[in-house]
Amino acid sequence: MSAALDIASWILILAGGAFSMIGALGTLRMPDFYTRVHAASLTDIVGSLAILLGLALQAEAALTAVKLAVIALLLFFTSPAATHALVKAARARGVAPLGGEAASKP
Amino acid sequence: MFAAAAIALLIALALLLARAVLGPTVFDRLLAANTIGTVAVVLLATIGFLTGRPDFLDLSIVYGLLNIVGTIAVLKFFRHGSLGE
Repeated sequence: MSAALDIASWILILAGGAFSMIGALGTLRMPDFYTRVHAASLTDIVGSLAILLGLALQAEAALTAVKLAVIALLLFFTSPAATHALVKAARARGVAPLGGEAASKP
Repeated sequence: MFAAAAIALLIALALLLARAVLGPTVFDRLLAANTIGTVAVVLLATIGFLTGRPDFLDLSIVYGLLNIVGTIAVLKFFRHGSLGE
């Protein structure tokens, strides 16, 4: 049982680290602001939640796991809200998407 | 394993920092700053496990709370031109 937990937590932590790195690479390499937001949200949600869940599987005390759950909930609710506010502010200030303003109209 | 995750997070921090320095618009820099905050929270938790001191998790919680408040405050400033209403 313990070995299974260890393997699950290794997979989660390594996958989270990989997702964080890929998301950061996308944030650096993507061509315009809105595509960068897409890449950064990968780091924000998948990377951080996978690592925190993997750490929670390694926790010895119950309080540690509870604190990790609090951090995960905090990130899970605030990070998309911050990203949404960021994109709305960028739209309101007239940052044009890739392909010009016409490309964003349905 | 914790060390591998910490190194991956440090590389992510370096890439995001490059975007924050390069970013053509202020929103690019703000996006990078926001994500740097998230990565810092996770990095603090990982370092706590790496050194066997789970007290670092409290620091993580404080960082997470400050991160959201800071980002929303700066955004409100850029959008409305003032922090109050």
